[in-house]
Amino acid sequence: MSADTMGRDDVMPADRQVGLYSYDQVDRTFLRERIEQFRDQVARRVSGELTEDEFKPLRLMNGLYLQLHAYMLRVAVPYGTLASRQVRALARIAREFDRGYGHFTTRQNIQFNWIRLEDTPAALEVLAEADMHAIQTSGNCIRNVTSDEFAGAAVDELLDPRVHAEILRQWSTLHPEFTFLPRKFKIAISGSPQDRVAARFHDIGLIARPGPNGRPLFEVFVGGGLGRTPIVGTRLREDLQEEDLVAYLEAILRVYNEFGRRDNIYKARIKILVQALGANEFRQRVDAEFVAMDRARYRLEPALVQAIRDRFGVPAFRPEGNAPALLAQARENRTFDAWVRTNTHPHRAPGYISVVVSLKPDGGIPGDATADQLDLLADLAERFSFGELRVTHLQNVVLGHVRQEQLYELWQALSGAGLGTANIGFITDIVACPGLDYCALANARAIPIAQKLSSRFADLELQREIGALRINISGCINACGHHHAAHIGILGVDKRGEEAFQLTLGGSGEEDASIGQILGPAMSEDETVDAVARLVDFYLVRRDSGERFLDAYRRIGTAAFKDVVYAAA
Amino acid sequence: MPLLENGHLVADRWNYATNGQPLGTGSVIVPLSRLSEGLGRSMGDLGVVLPVDESISTLRDALPKLSVVVVIFPIFRDGRAFSQARALREHLHFTGEIRASGHVLPDQYEFLVRCGVTTVEVPENADVSAWERALHQFRVAMQPSVMNETPTGFGFRRFLPA
Repeated sequence: MSADTMGRDDVMPADRQVGLYSYDQVDRTFLRERIEQFRDQVARRVSGELTEDEFKPLRLMNGLYLQLHAYMLRVAVPYGTLASRQVRALARIAREFDRGYGHFTTRQNIQFNWIRLEDTPAALEVLAEADMHAIQTSGNCIRNVTSDEFAGAAVDELLDPRVHAEILRQWSTLHPEFTFLPRKFKIAISGSPQDRVAARFHDIGLIARPGPNGRPLFEVFVGGGLGRTPIVGTRLREDLQEEDLVAYLEAILRVYNEFGRRDNIYKARIKILVQALGANEFRQRVDAEFVAMDRARYRLEPALVQAIRDRFGVPAFRPEGNAPALLAQARENRTFDAWVRTNTHPHRAPGYISVVVSLKPDGGIPGDATADQLDLLADLAERFSFGELRVTHLQNVVLGHVRQEQLYELWQALSGAGLGTANIGFITDIVACPGLDYCALANARAIPIAQKLSSRFADLELQREIGALRINISGCINACGHHHAAHIGILGVDKRGEEAFQLTLGGSGEEDASIGQILGPAMSEDETVDAVARLVDFYLVRRDSGERFLDAYRRIGTAAFKDVVYAAA
Repeated sequence: MPLLENGHLVADRWNYATNGQPLGTGSVIVPLSRLSEGLGRSMGDLGVVLPVDESISTLRDALPKLSVVVVIFPIFRDGRAFSQARALREHLHFTGEIRASGHVLPDQYEFLVRCGVTTVEVPENADVSAWERALHQFRVAMQPSVMNETPTGFGFRRFLPA
């Protein structure tokens, strides 16, 4: 057995080039046992043995929410990576148990909005057959670990974060001590200085880089978040050693579990604890626990990391050949060229490129994909990207490793299925939560205003002229649409029984993280769309050469933008 | 209240101290406020109730003389006692009985055991078979615990005792 296949002899041939941890029989048995446990819980709920209050956290830990009209099942996509056979399983669930579509979320998961309670064990079976589950996609536990959608591909990446994301996924799965935390707990990990995971807006954000001895070092941020109290995370550690990664996270979670508030759901996230104690006191408590604990128990030995890495697929890249020249030739097609400019990302392997497939068509619902589109994406993943698909936290999908000379063919296939919109990073690449169309917590619908904005700015020439501009929409203050982290954020509120929208400006979820500032009173849906159009016009007039909307806003200041919105209203 | 150990009902040889009554000479579990009184007895085994908002370090000095520590779940979704139990084992090396009391669900049984809890007080009408089932639902766990289960030889995974 050669070194590169050691421990992978039972990996399905189709998965051998997919950048995802491959389950073995022990993992599969574990999932089966979990489904049996949930089947038993559903039965106990139906018999009345469990009250709804007792059943709720149990179903939540299986990803099952009760929404406005039906149950919603949220499926975990660890570090956003899917094998094509898993994408087909998702298509099957959309077809058999939902209304023919699924919705990709801002945490790289996918959710189905029309699930019947009695169907959930069967849906979980379909997932399990594809080595998937819905464990810890909700509830007050450690949620799905998110990562960079260009992991293992991006030219700017220093270290592929997916192996450590998988280690954290395993460690946190049904963790005996951290399954009844004060509140939910979200971890993101990146291996690039270009923060594409919003590390500073997570309960724990990790930025990995190679250390001097070749072993990874981690920058650790804690207590960032959006929601009602948006806070940029505090850096706890500059250079945490790989062997201490799990021990240190244990220490953070222990401090949070002991001291996090439990008297008020809105004050229960770790960010509130970090703010209340102050960064220094919080760090001291974590360090005290870290020093006192049995670190050997949690030590990440190189052999352990390697064993996990060995179960990851590795794409067999071919030599560059004349791929760049063929791509350059194809780009004489102007429409194709425009799509390449916006919807691709540079790849580290010569001859390859990463493709972002927009799930934001003109007037569409951000992040929605039909069962047919999912099946097509599975086909395209197999034809063009080693059988792998990734989900982005901006509700698009990525084909990570595409041959440059095949890009034109891929683009044609995508365009034929309504998946060829050339708008990544533009004003119509909108992030939106499900809002009041589905969600029991929402104050306003997020989808219709997203669709109106998408139609209003549908002209691609205009979008290119405007350039990089992020609009995020949340249907309530819980901020699942990450409105605070957008250049233009839109927050749905209830204004005397009517749906209304507040604007926030100047947010960013990237390495220059900042929290958008509320501009002024809420407006109606149509007024808000008009106000966004005026903001854009103002920016186009006032910007310096090459200046992004965000930079222009930071330079010019809030007052002038506020006038634009309210003076004319 | 029925007491479970290893998924089975066991006889409870302990009594909780009654408010305003002397502790007597038998095996008694006292509230933290009466710990020194309990420690002052010349005979009888002693246990204590650790309030959920109390640090385990409160018990550091007394622990060698304690046979039982009771941890409290005010409601099943308040998970602080998981950390208290684990810390009693890991930091104070307590080897006596850790008893879970309050509102706990069978679905939490494995978590309790893996955090070092040995006995669980369950309601009078509890379906004991559900608890026993819950304890043996899973054959593996995905992370180490203070119980030092046998590694599966891969990653952090551990075999749970049958």
